[in-house]
Amino acid sequence: MLTKLTGGIVYDPANGVNGKQQDIFIEDGRIIKKPSKDAKVDKEYKIKDKVVMAGAIDLHTHIGGGKGNIARMLMPENHRLDAVAHTDITRAGTGHAMPSTFTTGYRYAEMGYTAAFEPAVLPVNARQAHMEMADVPILDKGGYVMLGSDDYLLRMMTAKKDQQAINDYVAWTIRAAQGVGIKVVNAGGISAFKFNQRKLDLDEKNSHYDVSPREILKSLATAVKELGIKHPLHVHGSNLGIPGNIETTLNSIEGVEGLPMHLTHVQFHSYGTEGDFKFSSGAAQIAEAVNKNKNISLDVGQIMFGQTVTASGDNMRQYANHGFARPNKWVCMDIECDAGCGLLPFKYRDQNFVNALQWAIGLEIFLLVDDPWRIFLTTDHPNGAPFTSYPHLIRLLMDKSFRNDMLATLHPEAQKMTTLASIDREYSLEEIAILTRAGAAKITGLVNRGALGDGDWADITVYTENKDREKMFSKPDFVFKNGELVVKKGKIEKVTWGTTHVVRPDYDASVEKNLEKYFSRYMTMKMGNFKISDDELTEDGRGSITVHPTVGGKV
Amino acid sequence: MTEITEVPSPFCGIGTDDLIIQVDGNSLKVKENGCAVNTPAFEQTIQNTSPTIAGKEVSLDEAVGKAADLLRDSNQPVIGGCATDVNGMRALMALADRNGAVVDNMGFGGAKRNFLAMQDSGWMNTTLAEIKNRCDYLLVIGIDLEVFAPRFFERYLWNEASMFLPDTSDRKIVYLGKGPSGKASTSPNNKKAKVLECSNEDLPEVVAALRTLVKGNSLVIEQVGSIAIKDLQFIADQLKKASYGVITWAAGALDFPHAELTVQTVCEIVKDVNESGNRCSGFPLGGKEGDQTANQVCGWQTGYPARMRFSSSFPEYDPFLYDSQKMLDNGEADVLVWVQAFNSSAVPPQVAVPAIVIGRSGMQFDKEPDVFIPVGTPGIDHVGHAYRLDNVVAIRLKKLRESGLPSTSEVLTAIEQVL
Repeated sequence: MLTKLTGGIVYDPANGVNGKQQDIFIEDGRIIKKPSKDAKVDKEYKIKDKVVMAGAIDLHTHIGGGKGNIARMLMPENHRLDAVAHTDITRAGTGHAMPSTFTTGYRYAEMGYTAAFEPAVLPVNARQAHMEMADVPILDKGGYVMLGSDDYLLRMMTAKKDQQAINDYVAWTIRAAQGVGIKVVNAGGISAFKFNQRKLDLDEKNSHYDVSPREILKSLATAVKELGIKHPLHVHGSNLGIPGNIETTLNSIEGVEGLPMHLTHVQFHSYGTEGDFKFSSGAAQIAEAVNKNKNISLDVGQIMFGQTVTASGDNMRQYANHGFARPNKWVCMDIECDAGCGLLPFKYRDQNFVNALQWAIGLEIFLLVDDPWRIFLTTDHPNGAPFTSYPHLIRLLMDKSFRNDMLATLHPEAQKMTTLASIDREYSLEEIAILTRAGAAKITGLVNRGALGDGDWADITVYTENKDREKMFSKPDFVFKNGELVVKKGKIEKVTWGTTHVVRPDYDASVEKNLEKYFSRYMTMKMGNFKISDDELTEDGRGSITVHPTVGGKV
Repeated sequence: MTEITEVPSPFCGIGTDDLIIQVDGNSLKVKENGCAVNTPAFEQTIQNTSPTIAGKEVSLDEAVGKAADLLRDSNQPVIGGCATDVNGMRALMALADRNGAVVDNMGFGGAKRNFLAMQDSGWMNTTLAEIKNRCDYLLVIGIDLEVFAPRFFERYLWNEASMFLPDTSDRKIVYLGKGPSGKASTSPNNKKAKVLECSNEDLPEVVAALRTLVKGNSLVIEQVGSIAIKDLQFIADQLKKASYGVITWAAGALDFPHAELTVQTVCEIVKDVNESGNRCSGFPLGGKEGDQTANQVCGWQTGYPARMRFSSSFPEYDPFLYDSQKMLDNGEADVLVWVQAFNSSAVPPQVAVPAIVIGRSGMQFDKEPDVFIPVGTPGIDHVGHAYRLDNVVAIRLKKLRESGLPSTSEVLTAIEQVL
């Protein structure tokens, strides 16, 4: 079947196309070159002057895994305000802060998203993450596998195992957990909390292992690079949320010594200690460091005002912040000598000085980082805000006067502490397409996604141009997933099931010798039962696996 | 005859996955690492394989058709039991969503006590591997742990090697409430568990007193229930001194009114110890036979644990109103679907309304249900996934034999498609 999209204005930064009117042809799920004149077009969509982009990709959103499910069950009162009835083609569910899986897939698709990545897959909980994501319709998905507080790695580092051995373990784990990247959360800190350390600075040692977060970052960033995993080490830094943590973040950038590193939800790691309230913006320093260090990429983790829930693997910091839980209930867990998690309902308030400044800091970071290929649009869903706030965020980035109008309503002391009002930059449509499509596909290592060239998968979103960017990005006219029309006028038209993106770096099979012993001695399951088979992702008849290449690896 | 190793069990809830099982046709024999819970559950023979309508054997298609007829004519179906694997639960949820049913897991009466506490104030919990490697002080409240999970001590406390304890037999075990019936809690170096016995009815008061002492406050009384305050004070002191204390309870065993408040007090004690400067974690016991699986799948698909309904086309949760037994008793439901793929003795309640039973082969009834479809057992007759009691680990269940019995998921999906 040949489908034609006629007359759209195409923004396809992956192929250097910036607002050019051109037709798009789709066959067998992929975009093809203009076919010969005799080829019969089976279905034509006349989209003259409408804005056409690839399907959007969220590279950091908590959509699957145990902590998210705890967050869901922790907040029945939040779901009651946002019940979603079933239709003839869609399943019932609930929003709002941590929506159910079906609702997550529909709402992402209805905003023009076609892929989302769960950034905190505990290896021991990976099975659950994949099962939940298997119930997220339409979207492609994938997960970053969390290491850095797992006892196996820390034992290796204490024993001064060489980099090759660590690489083998990292590669083995990413395959066993069916991941597409490697994440580290408060390096070593989740483990340290189990030994009753309540904070851990970049150069502070885990009291049991005599290993510092800096060493862990370096070791894992090296492994990711040497294994040829395209997505840089995905780093949730130390000292999240602490005034003055800007120093930690800058030191972390310096600490990886030029290795590729992705700093996630940087907004939460960009705080200074100036001003009357000893809380200030470090956005300018972060942006300067990122602009200078081309090995660094980041996503922002913008906050928005209102009720949400913070869901994090960083139980050390979540525990420390439990006094801020609104409503006042919270969950922390130590998990399987592997990691941990913490869940705190949270209400960001615009008349709260700290929250208001957090909002401004996130936007400052967006606007002060020069290279759109190295910065990504996230709210760290649901931590900064639910993902459904993206259209509003896009308007804040694209519309200076709207932004300043919003700023003027915030806590007055916070307004004094931000340079936001003086920043003139407005994002262009091309830049938005880079942040949410081309750049996101590139940095997650996806082949033939986030682009509209010959041979690319036909994940396509069509919007009606509107000066109100929030309206425009809330309700696309059409969304195609693998060439199929899944959303029409912002509503689900057809429910399809996406693929799971993975990478499979090589490792020396002898790595299993020690792992098998470790599992039998110390863990609670056999190594053979720990590894997730391909069948588990595909046997329901809906799921599939897409393996992306590793590059330039030494292995 | 073949032998299958590293077999995980969905029955005991603690995720034992070292069973060695001999398979001879349809007959299974646990050769190694069985226990009083798992061995009979695996070894149970296949009996009925044919679906029935009112006790008369029929084809699967006929049974599915009849079930769909009953559901189509129903104004308020309830799905009880909900004891199956992840895929079975997915199919159950799809059917319930389509049909406007109530979903009520058979373990929810107990689990409710945990959910009410968790949804009100939260908790700090841990998992099995942390216990195995870190726990130096275990306080067991209100449950005979070795009856609940016969291999708990062997696998997770008296394990030979631990990463952070020089000698696992030095762990301190204390029972509060119910005492142990056997010797599993006695350490390998013959140290017996300390037991402070009291009745279940006294637990709310005893636990509240313990919290007072943990917080550093004093009590003027000298005894609470049958327990001397000085003994409780000793526990409070030890909990606060432990490097990694763990308090465990089984909500299902706390069978007294408003036990959720006792669960909440236990969870708050854990938080208090952490506030006082040492680590401590809770460890709720539960999740046998798919209880945890039901709550997890229902959780991610609707946002709520497994006592909820789709009657208004959208999910609604209420731990009291959607109690299926009460609804049946009050005449608020007109069809019962009972799903129990693990335990053939867990038969549905006697009801006046039509009953559709999707049950493990071997299930026997006093009164034949309108429809009975025997299904395979996850982890024996087909592959699947089941959750362990600690809620984090999903185990991959193996297929051990070729029985030809359909899975829960296949049967429920077939019914949904006919609807």
